Amino acid sequence: MLTVDIWRGDEEDGAFQTYEVPQMESQTVLDVVTYIQRKLDPSLSYRFSCRVGMCGSCAMTVNGKPRWTCRSHVDSVVENGRIQVAPLRNMPIIKDLATDMSVFFDKWQKSKSQFVPTDGDASEFAVVDPNSKERKAASAGIECIGCGVCYAACDVVEWNPDYLGPAALNRAWTLVNDSRDGDADGHLRAVATDAGCHACHSHQSCARNCPTSLNPTASIAGLKRKVFAAALKGRL
Amino acid sequence: MKLRVRDGRLEVWLFIVQRLTAMVLGPLVIVHLATMIYAIQGGLSAVEIMGRTQGSLVWGLVYGLFVTAAAFHGAIGLRQIAREALQWRGMTVNVAASTFCLGILCLGYQAVGALV
Repeated sequence: MLTVDIWRGDEEDGAFQTYEVPQMESQTVLDVVTYIQRKLDPSLSYRFSCRVGMCGSCAMTVNGKPRWTCRSHVDSVVENGRIQVAPLRNMPIIKDLATDMSVFFDKWQKSKSQFVPTDGDASEFAVVDPNSKERKAASAGIECIGCGVCYAACDVVEWNPDYLGPAALNRAWTLVNDSRDGDADGHLRAVATDAGCHACHSHQSCARNCPTSLNPTASIAGLKRKVFAAALKGRL
Repeated sequence: MKLRVRDGRLEVWLFIVQRLTAMVLGPLVIVHLATMIYAIQGGLSAVEIMGRTQGSLVWGLVYGLFVTAAAFHGAIGLRQIAREALQWRGMTVNVAASTFCLGILCLGYQAVGALV
């Protein structure tokens, strides 16, 4: 049997509750949570969707580290027959393991991380050299699926709740390097704020915990360099 | 929005100044430590130090630059620590950091002036 400590409660109040779950071969942490909800305590709230590491909905804090529970085998995280599962850090808890991620996604809006089309009638295809330095930089950060693991792992977000966070800044970096985007300086202005890229301490918790092995710290360092250059050229 | 952009610009320029002063401080600290290790070989006395530095424009420039870089670098760093660790924000933290910077500049230049 597996001993599982699950966080029960909301933003105001809560505590860990312990359950005993049969251990099985190739069992994931999401399987464990699902077993508890279906067999032991139907009042347990949690969030998941695809179950195969595509959507990022099932991210939770497992033994103190943010991870996708569907891609976390029990064998790889269990310590002395015990697992602790808690909601993601740095986001308000709605109930039990489900967090309110709107604060995370609002930061994407604040960082103005929308693609800005260039002027023109788009009568011709944009030619993007896949081997150009800019495209390689953009491609290195493009696979983010917005699961919030990096945001939960970031200590700077904990200290400064206004900080845009690794995912939003990583998105800005991909746009700044996208030759089809028409407002690179606008993206830089949006992140060159009090709570923008300069707030990052390069702890690299985001890179260490990113389930898709992205490196938002490197993207943020790139933004710092670009903002540096833009400021010296008077473009900010 | 204007305020936010202005605030952002301040942060960007402080970041730039801190990085540039770090680049200046790096070699100067090495020169300072190497000189200290060399200078104390035959014993350390004020007379010996003053004998070497008095009238030296080079040492005056080196330590003058050192003081300038350290004053700005330290003040910007302390401002950031105050903002993050103490949640001390707004104009008062800028005034405090500027005062610290000016204080280090005054004390430092006074010391450099006495040395050369």
